[in-house]
Amino acid sequence: MRELAITVIGRDRPGIVADVAAALSGLGANLTDSTMTRLRGHFAMTLICTSPAAPAEVEAALASLADNGLLAMVRPVQPDDITAPTGEPYLLTVHGADRLGIVAAVTRVLADAGGNITDLSTRLSGDLYLLVAEVDLAPEAVDAVTARLAEVGTALGVGVTLRPNEADLL
Amino acid sequence: MTTHGRVRPVVRAPHPVLSRPAPEVDPTDPEVVQLAADLLATMRASPGCVGLAAPQLGVPGQLFVVDVTGHPKATTVHGVITLCNARIVTATRWRPGREGCMSVPDLTGDVKRAGRVVVEGVAPGTGEPVSLATEAFEARALQHEIDHCAGLLFLDRVAGAHAIHPRKVYL
Ligand SMILES: [Zn+2]
Repeated sequence: MRELAITVIGRDRPGIVADVAAALSGLGANLTDSTMTRLRGHFAMTLICTSPAAPAEVEAALASLADNGLLAMVRPVQPDDITAPTGEPYLLTVHGADRLGIVAAVTRVLADAGGNITDLSTRLSGDLYLLVAEVDLAPEAVDAVTARLAEVGTALGVGVTLRPNEADLL
Repeated sequence: MTTHGRVRPVVRAPHPVLSRPAPEVDPTDPEVVQLAADLLATMRASPGCVGLAAPQLGVPGQLFVVDVTGHPKATTVHGVITLCNARIVTATRWRPGREGCMSVPDLTGDVKRAGRVVVEGVAPGTGEPVSLATEAFEARALQHEIDHCAGLLFLDRVAGAHAIHPRKVYL
């Protein structure tokens, strides 16, 4: 058994997830972590699986689904321990007019403070560009990061909000 | 009140007026009274709209209207609420919920809001102090509008990286 990282991107259609899952299970590959979404109408799936089949074999099986140009990439990866959180969870929202470099500028501020982004989505809705990120940050870095984000936000003409992301224990 | 309100265009994100904290207003200023009437008229003319704040008409100022009368999620209902310079005094019973905004017409978001609030402000025209306690949907609407006056959209409060959704088109 080996661990494989797989990305599949293509035109969305009903049944595409079922077809990808069937191709993998047909080779004995077991889905562990996966995420699937639609990005401006394109089907996009990223996953890790444990597989007895070699990467090239899996890639060929996925390529056979390419009824309308499915792009599949399969790479072996080393099994990794789950990375321990490096701080407390925070949520970042950025919204403003679409402009080149917003994501790069904002995520650089987080990276410079040792922040680790654990989930991120961006969306263009009409003229509105929107980013929401979940980030682990050292609490003692938050004041400086907030100030720096405000500067970057002003320079880019976007609104920036950083706030604690408390988990609800039920 | 006899001031005749005009229906005015609602500005949309990313208009910068929606992202800046608005200044307090003078509740006895005739322009503020006119703006309150315009907010009410514009809200009334917009199907499904239960609240509107001055920045949404492109005017930076702490003024909004809310009316959740007849809304299925409303429990406590005060009818038309028009407040200047409002602030939240107490907020308890935090609950998640889905909300949208006329200034972000294509998206909705999952936002945690207090299910019970006490809000204080002043009434336009008289300038008299107002204090009201409410809960559930009306409390959510008040928090959303007070946020507008502080330069915040529901996007600034969403519960996670995947808590924003395209608004479905209902016919
Ligand atoms: Zn709104």
